[in-house]
Amino acid sequence: MSRLKKLFQEKKQNVLSVFYTAGFPKRDDTVSIARHLQAAGADIIEIGIPFSDPVADGPTIQASNKIALDNGMTVKLLLEQVKEIRKSVTMPVVLMGYLNPVLQYGFEKFCNDAAAAGVDGLILPDMPLDEFNEHRALTTSLGLDVIFLISPTTSPERIAVIDGLSSGFVYAVSSSSTTGAKKGFTSEQEEYFRKLKNAGLKNPFLIGFGISDHQTFSKASQFSSGAIVGSAFINLLKESNNFESDIAQFVRSLKA
Amino acid sequence: MKYTVNEKGFYGKFGGAYIPEMLYPNVEELRTNYLSIIYEPEFQLEFSKLLKDYVGRPTPLYLAHRLSEKYNTRIYLKREDLCHTGAHKINNTIGQILLAKRLGKNKIIAETGAGQHGVATATVCALMGMECTVYMGQLDIERQRPNVERMRILGAQVVPARSGNMTLKDATNEAMRHWINNPSDTHYIIGSVVGPHPYPDMVTRFQSVISEEIKAQLQQAEGNPYPDHVIACVGGGSNAAGAFYHFLEDEHVNLVGAEAAGKGVNSGESAATTALGKTGVLHGSKTLLMQTEDGQVVEPYSISAGLDYPGIGPLHAHLFDTQRVQFLSATDDEAMEAGIELSRTEGIIPAIESAHAIAVLNQLKPDPDDVVVINLSGRGDKDLETYIRWGKY
Ligand SMILES: Cc1ncc(COP(=O)(O)O)c(C=O)c1O
Repeated sequence: MSRLKKLFQEKKQNVLSVFYTAGFPKRDDTVSIARHLQAAGADIIEIGIPFSDPVADGPTIQASNKIALDNGMTVKLLLEQVKEIRKSVTMPVVLMGYLNPVLQYGFEKFCNDAAAAGVDGLILPDMPLDEFNEHRALTTSLGLDVIFLISPTTSPERIAVIDGLSSGFVYAVSSSSTTGAKKGFTSEQEEYFRKLKNAGLKNPFLIGFGISDHQTFSKASQFSSGAIVGSAFINLLKESNNFESDIAQFVRSLKA
Repeated sequence: MKYTVNEKGFYGKFGGAYIPEMLYPNVEELRTNYLSIIYEPEFQLEFSKLLKDYVGRPTPLYLAHRLSEKYNTRIYLKREDLCHTGAHKINNTIGQILLAKRLGKNKIIAETGAGQHGVATATVCALMGMECTVYMGQLDIERQRPNVERMRILGAQVVPARSGNMTLKDATNEAMRHWINNPSDTHYIIGSVVGPHPYPDMVTRFQSVISEEIKAQLQQAEGNPYPDHVIACVGGGSNAAGAFYHFLEDEHVNLVGAEAAGKGVNSGESAATTALGKTGVLHGSKTLLMQTEDGQVVEPYSISAGLDYPGIGPLHAHLFDTQRVQFLSATDDEAMEAGIELSRTEGIIPAIESAHAIAVLNQLKPDPDDVVVINLSGRGDKDLETYIRWGKY
């Protein structure tokens, strides 16, 4: 059974997935941040593959991508870092990124090498469902979970298709927006979460985009298996002089 | 129909819709509606009436005597520079604003490089009373000042894109982000044959009026609708797609795309995508893309803001791949010299983008009895500062 499936079997609520950009703030921080997240009690780590043109991202993650690339971050290096992470980290590791760097690495080679390095899942938001269908046999055989996004404007029919293709979990984007830390949810957003909760998805779902603090995390978790924090964590890393204590404090305050 | 888009939005192996889920409903709404809307008789009537009375179409096909003499061949200029607002871009913006109205959208966003597409968008928004926001790279804002002010006079808000090289690619990123954040009331008027399906096909159809007119005008002038060569510059490729479209299946017509070599194809400062690009995904489609080995998009360079883009439309990637179109390139200096040459021989100051199409005549070397059509995509008013800074005239 995949690490993600096992996690969701054991933990139905308040699953905390933390996103950060590989190679940020320093190139080799990818590994130590993962270790600190495990020690702090996060449940999943999502590592972003930096890209020059992150069109779905707001200013915070855009800036972290640029810094990571300036630091010399590459896909190859990231896969080596994941190997290093796996020496001590037992929680699920998901890679998230735009399709182009993966295509240049070679989609098949990427899946093979990612699985071998100890990656559990992939999120490639600009990969069309049709294109994934061509690779599905491969990811299944490697035991890689592939996670797709749904947004408030995704139709019920399409949600069913996406849920059918996804494994591990489904990534529910909280609003029609680019990534970025926000304050609180509107009643329309809560209505959308409620609908999803009652939609009878085969996968658990996590809510992401705009989760920044205890209030948004616990609100989101009322409707879902948990939530994903990205920009707020990147902001923390940018400011932090002491990852160990700051990350522990950050995770504690979210779950509080 | 080897060169038309298939039902999945692909031209051969290029095209498609590589977009995050947040954009899916918008793009899907367009995809399911664009053909039925465009081919409604009422739409066609309104579109062609505006092209005639407002844009000033058909644009002349002008036999350039002195230029022909110089190159010892028969050169016609398709005068898109005489379109209202000074370039072919308005053919597309008229089409898309009519489409946006029918989709019930009341806000328009656009990206722009040289500012021509931004001006053409601001113009049709003023015409239709729609709110207009144009994203433009900070560097382009500085080098295309007159167009920035034109957009503002027309009532558009010009928003600087300050990421990356601060040019067209970055402006496009910002426009896409805006669309993700404003999905219901906003239509994104993309300015070239790029972006997710159906944009490349839709923009091609709106621009195809260029080759439709060329065919009819050549029939009149030469008694034969087929030229030997059609030359057009390629940034994203919209004026080229329009100039080629009705000749694509006529394989005896040689189609030539002129790319920007910047300071030289191998100088590291260039925008010659077919020479330097590999298959990749940017701005929603799979196409040829200038990128590093690690899949990071390379910042292109050209003296001409409208050609300063690291990709080309997927149709062109396919036309390159199948060798239906011959791609040549001209450096900054070659283009600037061609711009001066056209000014001196024909009294026409071309846009620097269009000057690239003239500059490749030297490499093409047409025969004396050949008929060559050059798509003069725009006029040089906006480039006066660049001409002055270049200075060699
Ligand atoms: C006059 C002119 N020609 C050509 C272009 C390049 O665009 P495309 O390749 O889409 O025609 C531009 C773009 O701004 C332009 O202003």
